[in-house]
Amino acid sequence: MPELVTAAAACELRDLGRMRYADAFALQQKFVECRKRGEIPDQLLIVEHPHVVTMGRNGHDENLLCAPELLDRAGIEFHRTDRGGDVTYHGPGQIVGYPIVDLREWKRDVMAYVRGLEQVLIDALAEFGIPARREAGATGVWTAEGKIAAIGVHISRWVTSHGFALNVETDLNYFRYIVPCGLTRPVTSMRALGCLADRDQVVAAIARGFARVFDREVEKI
Amino acid sequence: MIDVIMPQMGESIVEGTLTKWLKKPGETVERDEPLFEISTDKVDTEIPSPVAGTLGEILVQEGTTVGINTVVGRINDGAGAPAAAAPVAAPPAAAEVPAPTPPAPSPVQAAAPVTSQPAAPIEESAGPLSPLVRKMARENGIDLSQVRGTGAGGRITKQDLEAHIDGRSAAPAQAAPAQAPVQPASVAPPPPPAPAQQAVVQQAPQAQQAPPPPRTQAVAPVQEQAHFRGEAPAARVEPMSVMRQKIAEHMVFSKRTSAHVTTVHKVDMTRIAKMRDRVKGEFQARHGFSLTFLPFVMRATTAALQAFPLLNSSIDGTNIIYHRDINLGMAVALENGLIVPVIRNADEKNVVGLQRSIADLASRARSRQLRPDEVQAGTFSITNFGSFGSVFATPVINQPQVAILGVGTVEKVPVVLDDAIAIRSVCYLALTFDHRLIDGALGDQFTQKVKSILENWSEEVL
Repeated sequence: MPELVTAAAACELRDLGRMRYADAFALQQKFVECRKRGEIPDQLLIVEHPHVVTMGRNGHDENLLCAPELLDRAGIEFHRTDRGGDVTYHGPGQIVGYPIVDLREWKRDVMAYVRGLEQVLIDALAEFGIPARREAGATGVWTAEGKIAAIGVHISRWVTSHGFALNVETDLNYFRYIVPCGLTRPVTSMRALGCLADRDQVVAAIARGFARVFDREVEKI
Repeated sequence: MIDVIMPQMGESIVEGTLTKWLKKPGETVERDEPLFEISTDKVDTEIPSPVAGTLGEILVQEGTTVGINTVVGRINDGAGAPAAAAPVAAPPAAAEVPAPTPPAPSPVQAAAPVTSQPAAPIEESAGPLSPLVRKMARENGIDLSQVRGTGAGGRITKQDLEAHIDGRSAAPAQAAPAQAPVQPASVAPPPPPAPAQQAVVQQAPQAQQAPPPPRTQAVAPVQEQAHFRGEAPAARVEPMSVMRQKIAEHMVFSKRTSAHVTTVHKVDMTRIAKMRDRVKGEFQARHGFSLTFLPFVMRATTAALQAFPLLNSSIDGTNIIYHRDINLGMAVALENGLIVPVIRNADEKNVVGLQRSIADLASRARSRQLRPDEVQAGTFSITNFGSFGSVFATPVINQPQVAILGVGTVEKVPVVLDDAIAIRSVCYLALTFDHRLIDGALGDQFTQKVKSILENWSEEVL
């Protein structure tokens, strides 16, 4: 019997802490398959990666400023991956979020989804007094001092994977190994902007933003 | 051959870049198996194949950007007749459309079990077929490659054969798809941004035709997208939120299920209004939330439900389920919808307790903090449309309950009392009940009981 709506649709928040890129990628695939089968509700996975440079489907090798062997020597992993977007860096001090959302239960509009992710991060940053915004033609979240969050998404049968990366206290030097997302504009972080918020506080703000923007009841698992 | 098109992955998306073919020409692909990937600014999407078959030609190379609905490739699915589009098969939707001509009313074959048989040449090209269909084709000398399949995945069904036979014996058979631009009302025009995960033109499922000949074909709806070229669109399409979809489903389900009748009674709330005026200051100071009329109505309702338990029941087939507890649902308006949190064992609460629950549930409903168990197990509902100014309305029953009480706005009006005109605070109570179970007399007796408790209120509130 179609029930009159219960509470808003659920989303499970899983803070998985430190996880290597490849492991998180494999985990995402499992969650995506379960989500497609309707076995689980939407997920918001939060991780922190050891140093890694990833190349998305729109990636251009020339945006990797050094040979992969050099990355290896610097202790930075390298992966080609199936998300949209060009090359980017993930590392300690950066909150990486992988929402596994079935867009059929929100909006069948991938650009609206990307805009939604931007909004989640913009709202979360606003809680810490950081005015951030979108830029037409440059997906991601921007401040006057540069890009503070990157976005790259993969969709399979309307289920999302990959997601966003927000610089909280990322070591910005590592971005020198790449032309992030193919852009030569500066990259910044919350710490660089003088914000002393810690990771858990920021994750909580992201969860609140996510619940609002995507109309979900976010439950921390 | 089926055209594979660049799908529209969102309302404002006008083009896509095909980044990777996941199959090569000549390779077979299953329906729904990922066929190619597209990229639009930071989003990489796998597009599944609309049909099972063999990838024929690739028309758009990797790395090329094309407009949506552009044909990027073709799949040979074995159906002989060239088509502009394959209708997406709705599940036995053919059964919903009254079929005027099939010779004998026959059960829908669209869901005919697929038995993959070692196929003879003709049958092979037509895809998996039921033995019945193959036998019928043989007996009637039908070349299955000439028959258009409308079953799941383009399979040929019994109806398709029957129609083919009709078409053959009647005048021009409708074998070739019509290329006329806009279809007459028999096919709902593809809603402009109907982002189909299937990279094929998708007809609205209701438009799935029963067998009779006019098997109208939707053409590649490129012309539907004309509004992107600078003109303001005549309408804006917005997909419904999940909540809205659920409300929509529930409302029609409820109307289809219950025999809705509404009875309206006028209630003199003056006694309560006076009491409320007297105590509301102290009430607010003591409890931190204000005193409204609603808890009074709820208290009277629970007392009336104890006197008339049939209104606190449900129908299960031909059984009446009397609920032990009185769990009062309370409709709360949300920004773009509504939700009905439940006050469990409402008969055990007094006015203060009810008002506290009302305030708490309403506030948490609006901030999306209700728990799932707080919106379940209701046995009777109350809706306070008076708070929006309505004097009375005809509420819809919240299934699987059998009644809902609507409370109109309380206002001062002149009434006749003892043959004189007096100014009294009055409101209308509108009870919608399910006439399958509750007759008018009982519905009215119940409402009269609520009215009488309210008009003769004696319980102290503080």
